[in-house]
Amino acid sequence: MKSNSNALMDLFFKNLTRSFAFLVFILLAAIMVSLIYGSRESIAEYGLSFLWTNNWDPVRNIYGAMVPIVGTLLTSFIALIIAVPVSFGIAMFLTELSPVWLRRPLGTAIEMLAAIPSIIYGMWGLFVFVPIFQRYVQPYIIDFFDGIPVLGQFFAGPPFGIGVFTAGLILSIMIIPFIAAVMRDVFELVPPLLKESAYGLGSTTWEVVWKVVLPYTKGGVIGGIMLGLGRALGETMAVTFVIGNSFNLPQSIFAPSNSIASALANEFNEAGGMQKSALLELGLILFLITTVVLAFSKLLLMRLSKSEGTSH
Amino acid sequence: MFDSNSVVSQSNPVYRRRALWNRVMLTLSGGALIFGLFWLFWIILTLLTKGADALSFSLLTQPTPPPGGQGGLLNAIVGSVLMAVVATLVGTPIGILAGTYLAEYGNRGWLAPATRFLNDVLLSAPSIVIGLFIYAVYVAQVGHYSGWAGALALAIIVVPVVVRSTDNMLLLVPNSLREAAAALGCPKWRIITLICYRASMSGIITGVLLAIARISGETAPLLFTALNNQFMSLNMNGPIANLPVVIFQYAASPFEDWNRLAWAGAVMITVLVLGINILARSLFRNK
Repeated sequence: MKSNSNALMDLFFKNLTRSFAFLVFILLAAIMVSLIYGSRESIAEYGLSFLWTNNWDPVRNIYGAMVPIVGTLLTSFIALIIAVPVSFGIAMFLTELSPVWLRRPLGTAIEMLAAIPSIIYGMWGLFVFVPIFQRYVQPYIIDFFDGIPVLGQFFAGPPFGIGVFTAGLILSIMIIPFIAAVMRDVFELVPPLLKESAYGLGSTTWEVVWKVVLPYTKGGVIGGIMLGLGRALGETMAVTFVIGNSFNLPQSIFAPSNSIASALANEFNEAGGMQKSALLELGLILFLITTVVLAFSKLLLMRLSKSEGTSH
Repeated sequence: MFDSNSVVSQSNPVYRRRALWNRVMLTLSGGALIFGLFWLFWIILTLLTKGADALSFSLLTQPTPPPGGQGGLLNAIVGSVLMAVVATLVGTPIGILAGTYLAEYGNRGWLAPATRFLNDVLLSAPSIVIGLFIYAVYVAQVGHYSGWAGALALAIIVVPVVVRSTDNMLLLVPNSLREAAAALGCPKWRIITLICYRASMSGIITGVLLAIARISGETAPLLFTALNNQFMSLNMNGPIANLPVVIFQYAASPFEDWNRLAWAGAVMITVLVLGINILARSLFRNK
């Protein structure tokens, strides 16, 4: 009697947990389907040309996604250019240079950057960082590059303070802890034997990191960068505060523009009809891009941990 | 001229260049760390100075004011707490049970690896898209913004965090514990609930705490779900005030009183989130 009820309970518990795992599994599909359904009007009206039409005109009710897509990609790209070398330096410091007793507090402090809510980054960026940047940094950068053929164009324009570059910089601060944490973790996977062999041959610390640690962990490092990219692409509040929210293609990296997430945050509640549908399609595009980037990141990280498993 | 000493001596140009390069790179690496910490300290310093100005007892006793009036953040705090509690109560059991399946039953079949993979994608998915999802499937269907919708959106953010930590923590439980219990005739569901959960309790709680910290500061998923409410409301079936959206609206407003309230809210959220994070870490480490 007792064993019978236990067998029943076993079956029940297994299927209970399985159904919840299945729930998580279908959640992603449900998000995708609901976004496609919500944006059906816009998809039917514009088709694929939605992606490269540079026109967002609620007055005439015509929508194209080029500006927010370009803004999203450009800000994330700037964020990566800043965050990748910095994260690499931090991971190298934490694994090779820092005294052991300092590793934990320093690592925790960097991870705290990830814990600060994004709206705090946005507020701080707009009210504290932007005025200082606009007054003391931006004019000099613009002057410095003025007249240089290609670069001058790149940094041209009036010093607004807000704009694509500011958004990218703040994004980079937000994704540094994610990339640095992954890099640190994969650097620690390198077998000590490999590093010690290199040191034994007379390599400097930098040569060990650059020529032994990095090649061994490159899959994981790229996975970490992709994770950071996925975060940067979908970041909303911080970008909304500082990007300027104008539906113009940025003429230079100091110009205001817009990103998918900030367009959604600003316009969705006031939108109706076709505009709402177009905004939902923007959300769908964002979700597809980040899902592909994050899936790619996960695959790279999984491959590393697998090869790590077999090399022992 | 080329005696064995000179090859490795300080005067060998190759050796000197390598040593110099090494020193430059190590300095840059330290500089990168300082770059990271610099922003952290700047942001915390800003919050301390701006927040010290704005913090007062009336924040906790009065609801948000109209422009130019006096007031606090009471309704926003109450709304945020309500939604966070509901989201945690909904999301945590789902996350723990799903994570249990991945760790305890997931060594065969396709569901567990696929779910683990997609869960990691969901963990980093843009939170504004989750707001859109709840808007499309709930708010648009019932026709009005509500606290339930906000709590649901936050619950979807809780789930992947809890799944991940439950999965990882259960996998850390040594198999010999399970085998010892099984040898005594203990059925599997009791092994999991009585032994594995207990052994990994602090890790699972850490995961839940980190999830709470994450949803406390989330703004984007609430914009299209809970919206905001100028007045004190306990009605979860209507628009409800919450700290992040109040901060967003008040920070962007031209009224100085509202800006001060936004900074006060920002300080409260940051202290709460960093506090939970540090608590969760120390809890897990002391285990």
